[in-house]
Amino acid sequence: MILEDTQISAATLDSKIPEGSLAEKWDKHKFNVKLVNPANKRKYDIIVVGTGLAGASAAATFGELGYNVKAFCFQDSPRRAHSIAAQGGINAAKNYQNDGDSIFRLFYDTIKGGDYRAREANVYRLAQVSVNIIDQCVAQGVPFAREYGGLLANRSFGGAQVSRTFYARGQTGQQLLLGAYSALNRQIAYGKVKMYPRTEMLDLVLVDGKARGIVVRNLVTGKVESHSAHAVVLATGGYGNVFFLSTNAMGSNATAAWRAHRKGAYFANPCFTQIHPTCIPVTGTHQSKLTLMSESLRNDGRVWVPKTREIAERLRKGEIAVADVAEADRDYFLERKYPAFGNLVPRDVASRNAKQACDDGRGVGTSGLAVYLDFADAIKRDGQAAIAAKYGNLFEMYQKITDENPYERPMRIYPAVHYTMGGLWVDYNLMTNVPGLYAAGECNFSDHGANRLGASALMQGLADGYFVLPYTIGDYLAKTPYDKISTEHPAFKEAENNVKALTDKLLSINGTRTVDDFHKALGSIMWEYCGMARNAEGLKFAKQEIRKLRDEFWQDVKVTGLNEELNQTLEKAHRVADFLELGELMVDDALHREESCGGHFREEYQTPENEALRDDENFAYVAAWEYTGAGNQPVLHKEELKFENVKLTQRSYK
Amino acid sequence: MAGNNPNAKPMNLTLRVWRQKNRTSPGQLVDYKANGISPDMSFLEMLDVVNEDLLRAGQDPIAFDHDCREGICGMCSLYINGRAHGPERGTTTCQLHMRHFSDGDTITIEPWRAAAFPVHKDLVVDRSAFDRIQQAGGYISVNTGGIPDANVIPIPKTVADKAFDAATCIGCGACVAACKNASAMLFVSAKVSQLAMLPQGKTERKTRVENMVAQMDLEGFGACTNTGACAAECPVGISLENINMLRREFISAKASSENV
Ligand SMILES: Cc1cc2nc3c(=O)[nH]c(=O)nc-3n(C[C@H](O)[C@H](O)[C@H](O)COP(=O)(O)OP(=O)(O)OC[C@H]3O[C@@H](n4cnc5c(N)ncnc54)[C@H](O)[C@@H]3O)c2cc1C
Ligand code: SF4
Ligand code: FES
Repeated sequence: MILEDTQISAATLDSKIPEGSLAEKWDKHKFNVKLVNPANKRKYDIIVVGTGLAGASAAATFGELGYNVKAFCFQDSPRRAHSIAAQGGINAAKNYQNDGDSIFRLFYDTIKGGDYRAREANVYRLAQVSVNIIDQCVAQGVPFAREYGGLLANRSFGGAQVSRTFYARGQTGQQLLLGAYSALNRQIAYGKVKMYPRTEMLDLVLVDGKARGIVVRNLVTGKVESHSAHAVVLATGGYGNVFFLSTNAMGSNATAAWRAHRKGAYFANPCFTQIHPTCIPVTGTHQSKLTLMSESLRNDGRVWVPKTREIAERLRKGEIAVADVAEADRDYFLERKYPAFGNLVPRDVASRNAKQACDDGRGVGTSGLAVYLDFADAIKRDGQAAIAAKYGNLFEMYQKITDENPYERPMRIYPAVHYTMGGLWVDYNLMTNVPGLYAAGECNFSDHGANRLGASALMQGLADGYFVLPYTIGDYLAKTPYDKISTEHPAFKEAENNVKALTDKLLSINGTRTVDDFHKALGSIMWEYCGMARNAEGLKFAKQEIRKLRDEFWQDVKVTGLNEELNQTLEKAHRVADFLELGELMVDDALHREESCGGHFREEYQTPENEALRDDENFAYVAAWEYTGAGNQPVLHKEELKFENVKLTQRSYK
Repeated sequence: MAGNNPNAKPMNLTLRVWRQKNRTSPGQLVDYKANGISPDMSFLEMLDVVNEDLLRAGQDPIAFDHDCREGICGMCSLYINGRAHGPERGTTTCQLHMRHFSDGDTITIEPWRAAAFPVHKDLVVDRSAFDRIQQAGGYISVNTGGIPDANVIPIPKTVADKAFDAATCIGCGACVAACKNASAMLFVSAKVSQLAMLPQGKTERKTRVENMVAQMDLEGFGACTNTGACAAECPVGISLENINMLRREFISAKASSENV
């Protein structure tokens, strides 16, 4: 439902999709865009915030083309961006396995997997450039897995019916990021990219309505500084940490994107979050983050809980052991409900069913918030050695964290927040509605609709950075005069003063509750009411709770120390202040979307079999929200989605 | 409240932590109590608990680097009871769990100690020297685009696997912290070997090794005297074979230097 005071904009949101058939659009567009003469490229400055896969690949490529680049990250080195943690792999429509893959199939799977809430043209382009990514990475020395014949190996991932996933053991993100990092380093050495690590963007600067720079804080000295450029790219990752607990790195945050949103950039589909079914469960209130166990485990592991609450209760109390539960007393609920896909149903379906089993009182582990992932049958069938060869490093990681041996007893898993499909609204050129401001990688909303397929985020980050932005940003710059804007310009000074004032305010409240206290409280509201299942009543309640919490934050937060030093509490305080606003927007978005699709499950909208019920007639659009001040209702802009190349169907995994 | 072990008992510990305001001020070890620590906590979660208590008491929390808490980003970097990343082999600080300690223990926590890694604050050090070494040559000079199909160059699986082993270095700096000479040889050798083994990397192998070693020396890392302490403490098991390979690469590069 739309809250009464929400305005819906009548203006159309122009996604600038080029004319022509799906397959021709990108080639035609590349031909039609304006080019910057090679000798003039050095007259343009580009700022890239974030040096994960999307940012590092973009910054390196801009440098190669001849632009002057400044790149920023908050870690001590660009090599540590959250992309490093991706395990499973990266998709590409190479069809090396000759198993029927094609650009159209990857496009189709991505649109369908996203539950028909992504833009056809963008997704098709993503599938097209996916093949170049693999070539590029191999040329950089990325050691992908290979077959004995020396050619690249592939695996099927996340229930895909073709083997199109390239991987480097369980460390694909690491190897891809180190590849992009090496390309970035080469440009740093040439002097084309200037790198600012341990530096956090705290504001975006507009001059004449265009993005012309940023204000940053040096995280070691606290110094607040401005940087001016002709265009700004945000590649600052996802906002999953709004839930406090997620599989994201501790520092992952929404601040750069949110501050840009406050300056006018629309935030699209914020309620589309992905909850990953196979994570290691929470052990206590001290829990700081959640660890993902690769999806590939569901290829051999069987998910179950006890059939009855009584047995589950005795397991939780330690009165009986897992081995004591007779086969007849086990409920392999995914196999039972989805005989065709079984344990390989998509992430959202697997997660929701695990939650239902636990809500039903049949969860295991001391907290009751876990289900079993059992390898006993696979070990019996293939032998321990075969299972170890496939999953050895994952089993080891599990044992390190839980102190339990998964060869001997089933793993315990529970869903956790993993990825955010929503993000800054961008057009086909990856430009936000603010001229000169671009968004790439997980921080934009573009390609995954309401649900992302496994191994597609890495693909999108690198597609954006290596192959899309370098063309589209040139088109904008070619139409932009060379004139530089001094950081003495009043717009910069004003932004700097605002950042300083905000910091002073955070440091001066000197209340009684820590930043983490507030963050955890926000996380539990979000998880409870805007997590795996949502309903209008809960969302309305959550909205009030978040507002209350935000007021309390500004009255009672305690941030010690000074600005002029390395101050990790202050860093967190800035980020949590933004999460407290973003959380409310997510709730607004979830409330207004009266349908279930992908990761967004509204309890009121389900089929008689409890599956998600989409409403294509009324909700086949992107919801892009405009900021109107903290506590004010945002304005909704709709981008209607047109499907000309695929037929909309209800997903079924029975 | 333990994960699966209803009997896990909380522990009381004493921490001796290196506190240092900034790069220029002197530091010292300060004692703190860490009470009610669950064996299921990770080492960094234990520090979170201590920091929350410090904050509530209006004191400056202990600064330490961390991000992924999954053993892959290489950001965490604590020297625990005289060992880089603590007592467990093949484990980063963030993957170390409190069940490896006992009730009543005193735990000493220091930053990496090396001239090339100056302390920013408390347990946070400046490892930008590592980035500069990579910038000196840790790459293959290819631009984006115009690349032939990835399967044009088959690479034997054994070679690809060995290159992968070297490529898994997380750049944490534990090797430097563990070495009495504060040498960065293991770190540098991992990248040199990875790229020297792969056909794509062979073209630039001579200049690469010369430039990376020169930068390493410039940064003030110590000489390698083959103690093997680095590989023993490396959380991802980067092998000493890489150092041998670096030496061979370096000697053959110098013999026919392209860096004239
Ligand atoms: C555990 C895990 C496993 C995954 N596995 C896979 C997988 O197998 N396959 C797949 O396709 N996807 C996977 N994903 C998803 C994928 O890893 C991410 O979506 C992707 O890496 C995001 O890349 P990015 O470049 O957009 O952002 P990130 O890698 O998150 O980089 C963000 C960058 O922005 C910087 N930054 C952020 N805020 C600021 C600021 N305010 N100022 C300055 N700098 C800032 C950071 O320092 C960093 O450099 C996984 C995710 C997780 C959590
Ligand atoms: S070689 Fe090992 S110890 Fe040294 S930086 Fe790399 S991962 Fe860390
Ligand atoms: S925090 Fe990333 S390796 Fe420890």
